[in-house]
Amino acid sequence: MIATAFNLPRLRVNRVLGGTIVALLIAVAVFGPYLAPYDPLALDLKARLQGPSTAHWLGADEFGRDVLSRLLYGARTSAWIAFATVAFSITLGLAIGIAAGYFRGWTDRLLMMVNDALLAFPGLLLALGFMAVFGASRWGIIVALGIAYTPVVVRVVRGTVMSIRESEYVEASQVMGNPEATTMIRHVLPNCAAPVLVLATTMFGWIVLSESALSFLGLGVPPPAPSWGNMLATGRPYIGQAPFLVIFPGLCISVTLLGVNMFGDALRDWLDPRMAA
Amino acid sequence: MIDKAEEPGRTILDVQGLTVGVGDTPTTVVRGLDFSVGSGEIVAIVGESGSGKTMAARAVLGLLPPPLRVTAGAIRFEAGPGSGSGARDVAALPPAALRKIRGAEIGMVFQEPMVSLNPSMTIGRQMAEGLKLHTRLSAAEIRARIIAMLERIRIPDPERCLAAYPHEFSGGMRQRIMLASVMLLKPRLLIADEPTTALDTLVQREVLDLMVELTRENGTAVLLISHDLGMVSHYANRVVVMQEGDAVETGLTRDVLSHPQNAYTRRLIDALPRRGPAAPEKAGGAPLISLENIVIDYPGRRTLFASAGPKRAVDGVSLQVAAGETLALVGASGSGKTTLGRAIVGLVTPSGGEIRFRGTALGDRTDAAAKQRRRDVQIIFQDPFSSLDPRQRVADIVGEPLRLEAGVTAAERAARVRETLEEVGLGPDFAARLPHQLSGGQRQRVAIARAIVRRPAFVVADEPVSALDMTVQKQILTLFRDLQARYGFACLFVSHDLGAVEQIADRVAVMENGRIVEFGDRDDVFDRPQHPYTRSLLDAAMLLDRTFARA
Repeated sequence: MIATAFNLPRLRVNRVLGGTIVALLIAVAVFGPYLAPYDPLALDLKARLQGPSTAHWLGADEFGRDVLSRLLYGARTSAWIAFATVAFSITLGLAIGIAAGYFRGWTDRLLMMVNDALLAFPGLLLALGFMAVFGASRWGIIVALGIAYTPVVVRVVRGTVMSIRESEYVEASQVMGNPEATTMIRHVLPNCAAPVLVLATTMFGWIVLSESALSFLGLGVPPPAPSWGNMLATGRPYIGQAPFLVIFPGLCISVTLLGVNMFGDALRDWLDPRMAA
Repeated sequence: MIDKAEEPGRTILDVQGLTVGVGDTPTTVVRGLDFSVGSGEIVAIVGESGSGKTMAARAVLGLLPPPLRVTAGAIRFEAGPGSGSGARDVAALPPAALRKIRGAEIGMVFQEPMVSLNPSMTIGRQMAEGLKLHTRLSAAEIRARIIAMLERIRIPDPERCLAAYPHEFSGGMRQRIMLASVMLLKPRLLIADEPTTALDTLVQREVLDLMVELTRENGTAVLLISHDLGMVSHYANRVVVMQEGDAVETGLTRDVLSHPQNAYTRRLIDALPRRGPAAPEKAGGAPLISLENIVIDYPGRRTLFASAGPKRAVDGVSLQVAAGETLALVGASGSGKTTLGRAIVGLVTPSGGEIRFRGTALGDRTDAAAKQRRRDVQIIFQDPFSSLDPRQRVADIVGEPLRLEAGVTAAERAARVRETLEEVGLGPDFAARLPHQLSGGQRQRVAIARAIVRRPAFVVADEPVSALDMTVQKQILTLFRDLQARYGFACLFVSHDLGAVEQIADRVAVMENGRIVEFGDRDDVFDRPQHPYTRSLLDAAMLLDRTFARA
């Protein structure tokens, strides 16, 4: 009773602010192109590196392209890549993690050996390797980052599955006569939701940052198409003259991360039956 | 046995009108509690969970968890010469003065010996901590005292014990060590909060006897917090019965137990285990379940360089359970009784021997036979907090087994669920609830409903009431008996609690170290135990002191 009283305001902030930011992000990703005042690829050399003004609200980049328009278009690219990558590696990770945690024995040992070997490499390095294979395209980025981050998901899922497997309600389901697959889907999987959701929202942040890093290294979304990551990267040489070129994309990334993480917390609490009074 | 008529000595602790409230809200968890404890006296506060007994004890120590605080009343503690004698009000003392009293003058033993010792400190260092803090003894003197104390509590090889870590000891040993390190400082008051609840019967007795021995010789006053009236009847001079924050009855243990004045006290006493009716002669015939020479090994831990040998949990057990009867499997923890129960429902595979159900071997995994057995053999787990899926609603939990029945429609299922819930005493409004919205007893009712919804022929009940309060235990056992009478399922009742066994069992099997050492009708085993282990179990059982039982 006391605990809920303390938690309530924080919960509401998560839900309201997180929800608003995520809704905004989706709206921008969907309607961005209609809202953008300029063509994101239109060059205007006269406006080169111009600061924010009434013509260009958020300024213009080194080729005189409108920063606001590029951010709006970039939202679509960045959000899409992040969502798709998270979905990809959560799906893959859930499948592998559940197989390992459930069958245990040799299956587990083999899967974990490969998984731990992959975990030993920094995610970005791994992604770079895959990018070399898949080539620098949207799909290449999604698959490369997706595979690179899967081992983390596998670890979390396997641990959760193993602990849930031992619980008495799973044993009760076995004694009842449920087939193993039913036990898995009805009792084990739903109880994995909380940790996986938290991981998914955290990963969303890593992916946006990794995509920026890849773009920064010239392996991300190929120019001239805008993404928040490559805008950040291409703005870097002009940081002294036109700091807004990195500030605005940076701000977009930070606010998105904050919103997604808060939304994730709210979602986890909402899905947790113990929180519903 | 203690002489209960002994004259209490000088008053050590005197609590008047103690009220504990939640912050500045009008909610209170303890209201106007009065009691006193004299030197050498044992006073027990008895109540169920949520009665406020633990908070009352914590108030005496000045250890209330915020936002709880003492809002009214006085806690007078007669301090010894060491910290300025004279009675003082603990509730009004500044924290620094309170710290001086705590440990040195008031010792405390907590319920969980597993967590009240620091796992990363050696026993020697933990025991020395208090002496270093509150006395001016040299390191050598401290060591000598600790060793003397360890010898006193009959710890084998005290020298080695000093360098050992808590995990190297069993729960009972740990609780003895805990008690010893508290008593090293010769406190004037010892507060013991459910000191033996986590231990099994035999060990419980040992620890409590040791507590009496150590406090008696120092004239330490003891405030014992417990939910177990049976245990209290053996040890306490006086009792305070608490219900939802109020002391409903106070007096000499003997008077309260033989002439309870208050309705709630009477209910508590009624909940104490009494022997159920004798088993009606069951018609002979083929046994429902028969175990032949069952052996169960747990694989040894494999380490990097060596693999420890397998541990034998069950060692050649043969048993038979007839249709409709209740066989109790009794033993201390680690005796293999739970493992055996789990083997019968198929959660553990025996490494030797054969389990037959209605004549068919359990190893027979042909589809039809296996499926039928799943219907017929069910289990109720000990802990109702972990045996229900936290995400399923009560109706789904109880209805789940019916999903496996061919040809049961959703409507029929809902009807069966409603009917079964009613049978276990839960109204239809429980159907939509989630497990966390239920009390322990209600959860166990749901678990029972889940087990019986398909009308099984055999139910393994693994310590089904040991996690519950006394009055709830009684209700659940009664319910279980009624359901058994109605549906005639047989039961293997696995328990270390002889009180519960006495109420429900037809026959009793006593297990020690994986073997069955005694087997017979309940009355024979309880009244004429043959094996020394059975006798020691019965001796240790905190059944209601027979002197009060005539009431």
